[in-house]
Amino acid sequence: MKKFDILEHTADGKFRAYGKDLEEQFGNAVLAMFSFMFDLEHVKAKIKKKVHLKGKDEKALLYNWLEEFLALLDIDAFIPKKIEEIKIQKTADGFEINAIVLGDSIGEQEHIGSVKAMTYAEMEITDKYVQVVVDL
Amino acid sequence: MGDEIAINQKSENIWEIPKSGKMLVSAIIYASEALMNKIKEDKTLEQARNVACLKGIQKASYVMPDAHQGYGFSIGGVAAFDMEEGIISPGGVGYDINCGVRLLRTDFTADQIHEKRKELLDALSQAVPPGVGKGGQTKLSKEELFDLLKKGSKWALENGYATEDDLQRTEENGCLDGADPSAVSARAISRGLPQAGTLGAGNHFLELQAVDEIYDKEIAKTFGFEKKGQIAVMIHCGSRGLGHQIASDYIRLMEDKYGHKDLPDRELINAPIKSDLGKKYYQAMACACNFAFVNRQLIAHWVRDSFKKVLGTSDGMDMVYDVCHNIAKFEEHIVDGEKKQLCIHRKGATRSFGPGRIEIPEVYRKVGQPVIIPGSMGTASYLLVGTKKAEEISWGSTAHGAGRVASRAWAIKHYRGEDVKRQLAKKDIEVKAGSWKGLAEESPQVYKDIDEVIRVSDDLGLAKKIVRLIPIGVMKG
Repeated sequence: MKKFDILEHTADGKFRAYGKDLEEQFGNAVLAMFSFMFDLEHVKAKIKKKVHLKGKDEKALLYNWLEEFLALLDIDAFIPKKIEEIKIQKTADGFEINAIVLGDSIGEQEHIGSVKAMTYAEMEITDKYVQVVVDL
Repeated sequence: MGDEIAINQKSENIWEIPKSGKMLVSAIIYASEALMNKIKEDKTLEQARNVACLKGIQKASYVMPDAHQGYGFSIGGVAAFDMEEGIISPGGVGYDINCGVRLLRTDFTADQIHEKRKELLDALSQAVPPGVGKGGQTKLSKEELFDLLKKGSKWALENGYATEDDLQRTEENGCLDGADPSAVSARAISRGLPQAGTLGAGNHFLELQAVDEIYDKEIAKTFGFEKKGQIAVMIHCGSRGLGHQIASDYIRLMEDKYGHKDLPDRELINAPIKSDLGKKYYQAMACACNFAFVNRQLIAHWVRDSFKKVLGTSDGMDMVYDVCHNIAKFEEHIVDGEKKQLCIHRKGATRSFGPGRIEIPEVYRKVGQPVIIPGSMGTASYLLVGTKKAEEISWGSTAHGAGRVASRAWAIKHYRGEDVKRQLAKKDIEVKAGSWKGLAEESPQVYKDIDEVIRVSDDLGLAKKIVRLIPIGVMKG
């Protein structure tokens, strides 16, 4: 199954990430977002990062999840390559996500663009895909 | 794209969406027919109409000639709110808080530096790492960053990166009052720490430019330009990850506190200006604003260093001005004949004050505020002067640059980075870019016609053309 599609948008980055369940869609959404910035072919899966975060609803969870990786890029110079484990669970006040992500340090990696921020614009969560627009 | 929006044409370059339904004021669009046709292609008009519904909005929801769809508020939008009744909104500022432009003038001419361009750009990219995720020259401690966020360009002055003159020739003297680092999250601080003095990628750039045309000799001279071929340096960048995180944090906090069910669009989330959260957002936004001022100041400092290294001197490399184009500010304006403090949101719009305003540095107060509007890579940029007219019809604002018309995906499909470089080389423009894809995405054809945007701005009196600058060397992230 294709992992994601990049869609038309005048100024920003719009994509749909596919998957058999929410977890797979969330995982592919990370790869889709980073495809605006790097050629992931050249990124190795050597560094392990644990991610744990929450969201009031599914959209907030998706927003927080993707934003986490933008922050990790700035703070730790980390590029995600592969989602090793990911689990989304309902909690008393919303949802939480636990994941283990493999990737590498930016090093001399050639960047091909920059994602400024996550947005809620045109966000959709369906059983086949999640759709996201990021601010480029 | 939803319901039809009724638009009246008021004059050649002025259009109105009259007040109706939940709108508290009308929406006014400043654009030529050609630009209006482009504006109609996305959600800009719907967004302008939605902004007109926000509590406390004064006079009208304004749209600039280069507007395009944004987050909640369109990019190229100006809205002012009453201090008591009104709201402040992160979407009305933008994620890249104080994305803005700085212009330096020089005594060099295009002929003098022609052979040295590549060397200059190489020196500049050594000094100013352009790309994503790459740290800058400056390694700051958390305490130093807190100090920087509070003081803005004053910090740069204290640390030897700026002159007094630089501060005076910066909007807000390079420091927006009220910045409080305790309003900034730990995450935003962590993102900002490695990024002081970095350019960032996307549409951020550093350009070597030459004067192509002078429209008003007197004012051009006041601003520092006297002859064709004279070299200028333009720096376009913002508050990087720190600003983006602050916008995101407060969008989340405001949603948690106020919910978004009553809003025509979730992205219009806002807080009353007088509320705790409204005040805290402003304090954090001011920190991001100051961070961006310091970034542009640091980069200007390294530009001067690079010129000294390669050309032997940086004498005469004074600042012309530095303007914000994503910001919310408290300003005094005339409303119904009376002076009133308002919260002005300018998103993808530039302040454009006329002669006499106290906010303008003394050296320019008689002529008006310098307005810097960059084009896109390979096309012209403009230096203009603000006007009293702008103060009357747009809260003293004008456009910020050529808005995008073609998507990045389309640009990459149709233009190859190498082709863009070749095209620019044909125009004799030297390019140093972080990546080929970045170049393709930013190819000039995908931007609105800057000359048209400037013509409309000039015709309407939002800002008057003073100097036209063309690029001769570009450094992009």
